[in-house]
Amino acid sequence: MSVLLHLTLRSIANRRLTVSLTALAIALAVAMLLGVERLRHDAREGFAQTISGTDLIVGARSGAVQLLLYSVFHIGDATNNVSWHSIEAIAEHPQVEWLVPISLGDSHRGFRVVGTSAEFFERYRYGRGREIGFAEGRPFSDLFDTVVGAEVAARFGYRVGQSIVVSHGAGEVAFADHDDRPFTIVGILERTGTPVDRSVFVSLEAIEAIHVDWVGGARIPGVSIPTEQLHRFDLRPKAVTAALVGLNSRVAVFRVQRFVNTYPDEPLMAILPGATLQQLWSVIGVVERALLAVSAIVVLVGLAGLVAVVIASLGERRRELAILRAMGASPAHVFGLLALESALISLIGCGVGFAMVQSGALLVGPWLEARHGLLLSAGWPSHGEWMLLGAVMSAAFVASLVPGFRAYRYSLADGMSVRI
Amino acid sequence: MDDDTNTREASAIAIADLTFAWPGAGGVCLDVPDFKVSRGERVFMHGPSGSGKSTLLSLVAGVLEPGAGRIVVLGQDLAALSARARDRYRAANVGFVFQMFNLVPYLTALDNILLPCRFSCERVSRLEVPAPAEARRLAERLDLEAGLLDRPASELSVGQQQRVAAARALIGRPGLVIADEPTSALDADRQQRFLDLLLAECDAAGATLLFVSHDHRLSRRFERLVELRDINHVGRRAPG
Repeated sequence: MSVLLHLTLRSIANRRLTVSLTALAIALAVAMLLGVERLRHDAREGFAQTISGTDLIVGARSGAVQLLLYSVFHIGDATNNVSWHSIEAIAEHPQVEWLVPISLGDSHRGFRVVGTSAEFFERYRYGRGREIGFAEGRPFSDLFDTVVGAEVAARFGYRVGQSIVVSHGAGEVAFADHDDRPFTIVGILERTGTPVDRSVFVSLEAIEAIHVDWVGGARIPGVSIPTEQLHRFDLRPKAVTAALVGLNSRVAVFRVQRFVNTYPDEPLMAILPGATLQQLWSVIGVVERALLAVSAIVVLVGLAGLVAVVIASLGERRRELAILRAMGASPAHVFGLLALESALISLIGCGVGFAMVQSGALLVGPWLEARHGLLLSAGWPSHGEWMLLGAVMSAAFVASLVPGFRAYRYSLADGMSVRI
Repeated sequence: MDDDTNTREASAIAIADLTFAWPGAGGVCLDVPDFKVSRGERVFMHGPSGSGKSTLLSLVAGVLEPGAGRIVVLGQDLAALSARARDRYRAANVGFVFQMFNLVPYLTALDNILLPCRFSCERVSRLEVPAPAEARRLAERLDLEAGLLDRPASELSVGQQQRVAAARALIGRPGLVIADEPTSALDADRQQRFLDLLLAECDAAGATLLFVSHDHRLSRRFERLVELRDINHVGRRAPG
């Protein structure tokens, strides 16, 4: 065995350029495979933790995925609202520690406006229990204060102190502006990689206030209430879209869920965000599997290249193999020599590929997260990555048998003199 | 019977009723009813190109297996050995010098000389000094400068390569040295010098030398001249 290793290392050293190019091709393929796997894993993790720390999400009775989509991801619309009366009843449940209502329906230049309480910024958690931080400013306190997400601020170059107008409805092109009641930006949030980045936050009272002189989605003709008169109105919300609920103890989650689901006055439902996120991921998970399949094919192409290079070199090496036979090498030695060479090249490729992903994650990871909200973590291979590396090495091993067998057949046919 | 066994024991090579055909070649290529080389003998075997010389050498080396017949090398019946054991036996007991491209190009001259020692513990055990020291001693006796030994084989001249090959064949005192046209790539002057060195070293090592060439001029230096066509009866025997 040691003689084989000695010969293999010398042979590889002798053909540095070809060998390193081949190993590089494999390394790139492996880096792509591992990179995709890591992005996939991190994306899944990030996605599953779009919202954490919230035990239940309450909304009008519909589907669990639908409620999650509109309340957290701001995709689609609620079928129905939840009356303020019910919200108060749930908040008073002895197991409920906190409740943050959410009111949707307006937008700002294509971004959703979220009416909520200032408690939202304290209670909302993402990732492994991370809080939303303020890049600038503070939560809203006055009626027409607003806080914008990182992406909203970045897109339009908003700074604290600027004033913005919200529009009625949630489309890209708003059909009616609440231009009579402008908001002042008092805070800009840090990037989270969640839908929070793409939201504009105002108080629930502000949502009521901008709709005081509206009815059925349009301004009441001829009626215009001056802003200074607004305090005369009861600005307490009559209904909201959904509510995030935190419990005293997670053990009570099913009890409170049943309480909401069987609430007698109104058809409501409560969902467990984590479970529903997993359900949603299984739908969009097809894409990640397709990505993984593509990178697996790239690895196969890399290995095919390896086999081609080693077999091509075999033509020149027949003489050398015949000499080794004369020196006492068995056909098994010759087989081992070629197989070991291919296996070593792919092992180097795997190692370099992993190093590439690792350094890529260290160098580009923070930028990716800050810029695109994509998580790419550095670290030792996860279980899934070990499986992939193992699969690549097994495939490489099988591939290395091909030149091995060829050399074996040559050495049997040639004896000590090459016959062509 | 006893007598026969004794001659076989005393022979470096004893071939009886050997036939061999390359698979798919159609027809027998070698048919050697009887051929013996005594231990310590220096035999010049002559035959034109394509007459089956290299095939016969591969059979004696145990790289190829005969279709029929017996090959006994240094008292060992090759047919009695497994393929793997034949490879080991060859590594331990037979040294080779080929026509050209004798060396593994990516190894240094020294590593090439040491190659048989890597495949055979027996050769190492027959040495009185460590293998690299023996390799340097042989190289010196074969007029190879010490500085050449650490150079890759591919950088040496043809003459130097042949001398490295000779050192490799002789290291660890194998009982049999087979030289297959080792001088054909050398000019006349160097042929003589190379032959001198090879013969002297085989004498010193007490090895039997089987030297194959198509060049009759070299045969004067040998005790015995064998024409391959005299021992190979292909096409001569009556069918059946």
